[in-house]
Amino acid sequence: MPDPIVLNGGQALIKSLEEEGVEVVFGYPGGAILPVYDPILDSSIRHVLVRHEQGAGHAAEGYAHATGKPGVCMVTSGPAATNIVTPLADAYLDSVPMVCITGQVAMAAIGTDAFQEVDTTGITRSITKHNILVTRASDIPNAVKEAFHIATTGRPGPVLIDIPKNIVDANNPDAYFEFSYPQAVNLPGYNPNVTPSEASVGEAVELMSKASRPVLYVGGGVLKARGAKALRELAEMGNIPVVSTLMARGAFPDSHELALGMPGMHGNYTAVAAIQKSDLLIAMGSRFDDRVTGKVDAFAPEAKIIHVDIDPAEHGKVRKADVSVVGDCRIAMEMMLERLHKRGGSSAFADHVAWRQKLSGWQERYPYTYDRELPGELLKPQFVLERLRDACPDDTIVASGVGQHQMWASQYWQFDHPYTWINSGGLGTMGFSIPAAIGAKAAMPDRLVWAVDGDGCFQMTGQELVTAAVEKIPIKVALLNNAYLGMVRQWQEMFYDERYSEVHLGHDTPDYVKWAESMGCEAFRVTDPDEVDVIIAKANEINDRPVVVEFRTQSAEKVFPMVPAGGSNDDIMVHPSQVDQPAV
Amino acid sequence: MNRDVSSQRTIVVLVENKAGVLARVADLFARRGYNIVSLAVAPTHDDSLSRLTIVVDVESAPLEQIVNQLFKLINVVEIAELSLGMSVERELMLATVTTDRTTRNQIVELVDIFEGKIVAVSSEQLTVSLDGRPSKIDDFEALLQDFDIIELQRSGRIALPKIGRSVPRLRAV
Repeated sequence: MPDPIVLNGGQALIKSLEEEGVEVVFGYPGGAILPVYDPILDSSIRHVLVRHEQGAGHAAEGYAHATGKPGVCMVTSGPAATNIVTPLADAYLDSVPMVCITGQVAMAAIGTDAFQEVDTTGITRSITKHNILVTRASDIPNAVKEAFHIATTGRPGPVLIDIPKNIVDANNPDAYFEFSYPQAVNLPGYNPNVTPSEASVGEAVELMSKASRPVLYVGGGVLKARGAKALRELAEMGNIPVVSTLMARGAFPDSHELALGMPGMHGNYTAVAAIQKSDLLIAMGSRFDDRVTGKVDAFAPEAKIIHVDIDPAEHGKVRKADVSVVGDCRIAMEMMLERLHKRGGSSAFADHVAWRQKLSGWQERYPYTYDRELPGELLKPQFVLERLRDACPDDTIVASGVGQHQMWASQYWQFDHPYTWINSGGLGTMGFSIPAAIGAKAAMPDRLVWAVDGDGCFQMTGQELVTAAVEKIPIKVALLNNAYLGMVRQWQEMFYDERYSEVHLGHDTPDYVKWAESMGCEAFRVTDPDEVDVIIAKANEINDRPVVVEFRTQSAEKVFPMVPAGGSNDDIMVHPSQVDQPAV
Repeated sequence: MNRDVSSQRTIVVLVENKAGVLARVADLFARRGYNIVSLAVAPTHDDSLSRLTIVVDVESAPLEQIVNQLFKLINVVEIAELSLGMSVERELMLATVTTDRTTRNQIVELVDIFEGKIVAVSSEQLTVSLDGRPSKIDDFEALLQDFDIIELQRSGRIALPKIGRSVPRLRAV
């Protein structure tokens, strides 16, 4: 037996993170968390000092999206804890594994409205998978062990550990204890349903084999389950077309002949129509989000539903399934494949030729489309994204903000690999892209990481480019500057009689190039279509610091197709140039 | 008072006896818009566990959803439904009423009929206590409305499975 090591709570916290294999912590110090920042100096863990606590949370999310490993962030009490509420909610809605450590005022001060005291566990209770206020130094290793276990197993999610200052204080004799890291967790109430029942898988396979118009409706759960390979095998075996939700872009290669693209409010026409006309919807790690279903009563009216999800509470929440398969998507698909192999593989399925032909007809008539700019006009955002896509290797990681640029990025990029698309789907957090890109690039320094951002988003978290510059995390930002909150403008144009209320930001203020340069970035401004390729090539050459390319784009450009909010998917509005196309 | 009990179901939730666990359960009901009819909570014979008896209104959400959401709370260990024929249910009520010469005897008589107890007396008030099946408490409370009630408190329902009956333990789906 080695000699027992005696540590104080702060040392124990850092040691516990090391035991969990943590390589990077995104954080920001302050009063209550101060004692934990001292042992960081002696640790192998890299600490990335962000410029706002929200950035720490989103960077941890980006890290987790890119790697599948839990992202770790650490901030102080009070305003720091409230600043990280948004990333916690974001991670909760998108099921991102994350461990967030917050400082708290000393135990004796809790409940007294002390300086920088908020009820952090109370505030974050409904936006974390679990949270805990640790009250004894010797409980810290166990709390960390449990937090990582809960964050990464079952349906992943954020876990918050709130640490009062006195239990990590090196000057407090009671903060010292004999450190040992637990081997196992003791959580009698936590047993995720990982392996689905044979019976449910059998019923699912039965339905699949009979369907004549099946669609795989794939969500983020497939990526969380590392299930891309099994998905491809299942789709190919059954000749089943695949729609990938915003959270699942990359789970199935866009270049594949069975790929129909993204469904939903701004989805591909064929993806939306396929769902509406299908007779079997195989919901794989997707949750019937309102942005996908539109009006629920009119969603996929002819379809039977197989719903595969690890979270029992997702089953029957929105749409009642004919077969509920409760379990991990990858394991469920592997069990399905095993049964299907025994039934003869492809021959276990009905013929889908007519169905596939119908889909190809739609694909041909209703591809994503836009009109190119006229001479002298500003850039079209879709054009910029197409050029960027074609100039980047196919394993480039794209992190997006929220709004029109997010939809265009999802529509026009070709995602052929899992974990190359990072965005804020459920919460729709503006400003997500830059810190998330930093997190992804910190995890994968050898990969090209582009943040696709809008001017509204950029003004929310742009200061994190200082982090990127100082910490030498050379991300690239494609800033689509259309001078407006474009998505809100689009709604005002279409649904509020073109009454534009509080959406104009202006192309010129701030001067994004100067701002980016002042933050230590290389910066370019592109207004001429002929310069797009040249500047992208220049940006891709620069590897020693972050790059911002401001593309000046047209303000009035709208995202199509569009299913109006609350409307039925059948009421999908296509691009004006496609309106007169004969119905299929 | 008439309570519509047709949409009421009784569940027993065994939770780890940890700080904040009641707040987690209450928050969940509030956040998801589930209605609690009554809630009783106390530690069990095993002091690492607490037992919540919750009467829920399944008009507000299907019981299955409520159970599945409860199971997402890390500290929830077990959930069982106690249906009417399968369980013994009890509730306790205390009520203080104003009395005069004529009503005093009527109240004492009523308490006698229901086998309740007079637990405190003054010249102008009585405090009565009654325990029993929730429906019996409902009846008693209804009759008490004829008098001048000063304060009234019901404990909320507690329940155990009948001896020899195995109660289905609910699992998330």
